[in-house]
Amino acid sequence: MLGFVIQRLLQAVLVMIAMSILVFVGVYAIGNPIDVLLSPDADQRIRAETIARYGLDRPLWEQYLVFAGRLLQGDFGRSFIFGISVFDLVMSRLPATLELTLAATLGATLIGVPLGMYAGYRPNGALSKGIMAASVLGFSVPTFWIGIVLIFTFAVNLAWLPAGQRGATAALFGVEWSFLTVDGLRHLLLPALNLSLFKLALMIRLARAGTREVMLGETVRFARAAGLREGTILRRHVLKLIAIPLVTVFGLELASTLAFAVVTETIFSWPGVGKLIIDSISTLDRPVMVSYLVLVAFLFITINLIVDLSYALLDPRIRRGRG
Amino acid sequence: MRAPRALAAFWAEFSESRIAVAALAVLLVIVGLTILAPVVTPQDPYDLASLDLSDARRPPGHVGTGGYVHLLGTDAQGRDLLSAMIYGLRISLEMGMLAGAIALTIGATMGVLAAFLGGRFEALVMRIVDLQLSFPAILLALVLSALLGKGKGQLVAALVAAQYAYFARTAHGAAVAERGKDYVEAALSVPLPVRRVIFRHILPNCLPPLIVVATVQVANSIALEATLSFLGLGLPATEPSLGMLIANGFQYLLSGRYWISIYPGIALIVLIVSINVVGDQIRDQLNPRLKR
Repeated sequence: MLGFVIQRLLQAVLVMIAMSILVFVGVYAIGNPIDVLLSPDADQRIRAETIARYGLDRPLWEQYLVFAGRLLQGDFGRSFIFGISVFDLVMSRLPATLELTLAATLGATLIGVPLGMYAGYRPNGALSKGIMAASVLGFSVPTFWIGIVLIFTFAVNLAWLPAGQRGATAALFGVEWSFLTVDGLRHLLLPALNLSLFKLALMIRLARAGTREVMLGETVRFARAAGLREGTILRRHVLKLIAIPLVTVFGLELASTLAFAVVTETIFSWPGVGKLIIDSISTLDRPVMVSYLVLVAFLFITINLIVDLSYALLDPRIRRGRG
Repeated sequence: MRAPRALAAFWAEFSESRIAVAALAVLLVIVGLTILAPVVTPQDPYDLASLDLSDARRPPGHVGTGGYVHLLGTDAQGRDLLSAMIYGLRISLEMGMLAGAIALTIGATMGVLAAFLGGRFEALVMRIVDLQLSFPAILLALVLSALLGKGKGQLVAALVAAQYAYFARTAHGAAVAERGKDYVEAALSVPLPVRRVIFRHILPNCLPPLIVVATVQVANSIALEATLSFLGLGLPATEPSLGMLIANGFQYLLSGRYWISIYPGIALIVLIVSINVVGDQIRDQLNPRLKR
């Protein structure tokens, strides 16, 4: 087991290094940030000074080594545009994204699992077929389009909810959160709904498949024979049996929601890290782009590592098998 | 010949599903419209001379300076929206199918080669594929198109890079099942050259699952392309795909000029959903477990 853990850890570190080089070189290849930083009529002296200040005159590999060395010390560099440390910048945007992602994933689970269990419990009912048809739509309609329709319906036509921004926030543990105020909640509702629809469809599918399988098994037959009511069987026994894959997917999806949040945040002008990366791409804010991408890569590699290791804990065949 | 009869049987089964036939019909109409775009559209949306700014942002049904009815209204440059949409569909379809075809070729070759050659090559290739599949495709495409910049070639490259892994995994799975079979053994002991066995014998037998993945991925490519263009990352402004039309109209949505954004969006969804419905039907027919 120890050998397996070490091997996986090494692999993760290698992948991380490869990703950081890829991102760094890739980002380096886009445009010249000097053109963004300086006005076109800046004289030669200011140009040279700025280039030297950001280390843009040194060779690429040297810039990478400096970057990687600083990264290991937790220094992500300075944003070209905002002039503050990238770490502080990302941290100041992170709560908004976390709040949105959590609200969306929780909402999708709390609504999706009961719907999916119902569809699995009565697979041929009209309501179940309706639920499944809706879930197909949730899969095939692009997120950004649903966002537009939501804004058009609830913000423009009905004027029930605001179309963007975070609204009023309140502080908790020194961080500003939207969900603590009524106004913030009203702002959170549409983007969270938008972000959750894909996950909702996924949860419905998973819960339905799991329930269909469990309903045919011995557990349910014995529970029925023992005279338990159907509602009790579903809540106490079926839910427990289908929970493990649901929890796994919940964890994995939490990470991929970060990726989709880019789209939702852009549509709803939600000031999170997703909006930050899109803005930094259009303004060629190189340190912000690199740091965001490296952070996301790190997040995904860590999650995959944890999943790999926990599978190995659960399944001895994996531990010995694929060495 | 066996092939035409098999095809006829396939069609007979396909035509039993009314929804699938309807979706296929819609798809054919869209493809037909986009091929005939210069003939069927009242205006060439790229021809700047035919645009008149006094026609800009007119609602559906407006009779413009061109003397014809703008059935779906006009956009911010005074373009006839219906014409712009048909040309947009053309670009979206082109990008989706091109990316799908290239990803299929690269992915299937990698997957089949990995399964056949085995050993370290297989371990390495499949590890890379697994790793890539654990990243959401949209994030990969987003990063790549940000890195590569705007343009048709760059966009296709980003889409292919984000999607080939699905084909590689599917082809690998199918080829692993095939490589142990007697006909492969027989072909190799003739001996036929290895290349011939891989491409003429194993690959054709891996095609059914690949076709299914291909339909899904073409739909995904179109959705991805639209998303990237909507975010301002995909195609340059000279190639207005559906995603860009939607993005252009988005800023007018808040003032109630819904048509500039909503109609291209509906076209996009009709396209994606009908491809998915046709793909679902093909999958069900090719899946031996669901055979009656």
